[in-house]
Amino acid sequence: MAIEIHPLGQFQIERLIPIHIGRLDVSYTNSALLMTIVVVLVTALLVLGTRKRALVPGRWQSLAEMSYEFVADMIDTNVGHGGREFFPFVFTLFMFILFANFLGMIPYSYTVTSQIVVTFALAAVVFIGVTIIGIVRHGFHFLRLFVPQGVPAPLLLLLVPIELLSYFIRPFTLAIRLFANMLAGHTMLAIFAGFAASIGLLGILPMGIDILLVALEVLVAALQAYVFAILTCLYLSDAIHLH
Amino acid sequence: MDLASAKMIGAGLACIALVGAGIGIGNVFSALISSVARNPAAQGQVQPFAFLGFALAEATGLFGLAIAFLILFVF
Repeated sequence: MAIEIHPLGQFQIERLIPIHIGRLDVSYTNSALLMTIVVVLVTALLVLGTRKRALVPGRWQSLAEMSYEFVADMIDTNVGHGGREFFPFVFTLFMFILFANFLGMIPYSYTVTSQIVVTFALAAVVFIGVTIIGIVRHGFHFLRLFVPQGVPAPLLLLLVPIELLSYFIRPFTLAIRLFANMLAGHTMLAIFAGFAASIGLLGILPMGIDILLVALEVLVAALQAYVFAILTCLYLSDAIHLH
Repeated sequence: MDLASAKMIGAGLACIALVGAGIGIGNVFSALISSVARNPAAQGQVQPFAFLGFALAEATGLFGLAIAFLILFVF
């Protein structure tokens, strides 16, 4: 007897507190609840962790300091000069995505970053922000980003459209990369769990695979937060230094 | 051909994308191993880039996998 499995059921949005303003549905959903928890946890870690300001840090303080130094190092190596003023933005993005991914790994919780609307909103903020920074810093000169240096003129006809396309495709790849990783990973976990539940004693094999997959997913959760943050750094570097 | 079997075939075809991801991840780590074998002192410098490359290569395969899941379970 096969047990009915719905691997995508875990991504269902549920209205916890229905709120309607006119025809607009602004209900407080399970996704919003998880986002609130993420923000509270990150704030608690940093505020409580740095409250004592001990010279020899305790566990919480060193965790807060490590995350600070990790992102600060990332900005220094990838953006370099003039990058530190964007530290709060990159740090917020990194911590939000990291905590959202990790909280999603808890069974029966909800993965905020598996919704493309969330990841696309983050990616759109990065894209629009970076473009505005580039235009404010360089004005009309910003368009030089799309013209590679030292290339013969006939080749430019081909290269400029490619550069333009690769620039405007950035928010989509940034959003889909995070979303697809989370969606595919969590669906895969659910599918193997469904196998384990439906084939009886032999189910120990997919169960074992599932345990290994959880390890991979924890790695992916951290790695995707890192990738999102580092790509934001690279885009910022492009806008500030124009290659 | 009915819709159900077409869906199955489509999902299977979408999984071919994983070939590219496999080749890409293999390339990333083979390059990491050979570069570290030549110059072990460079390990700290090249390892973050290797993991960045791993994540980027893996994501391309997951695009295909996500399409397969969408075909199977959404439409």
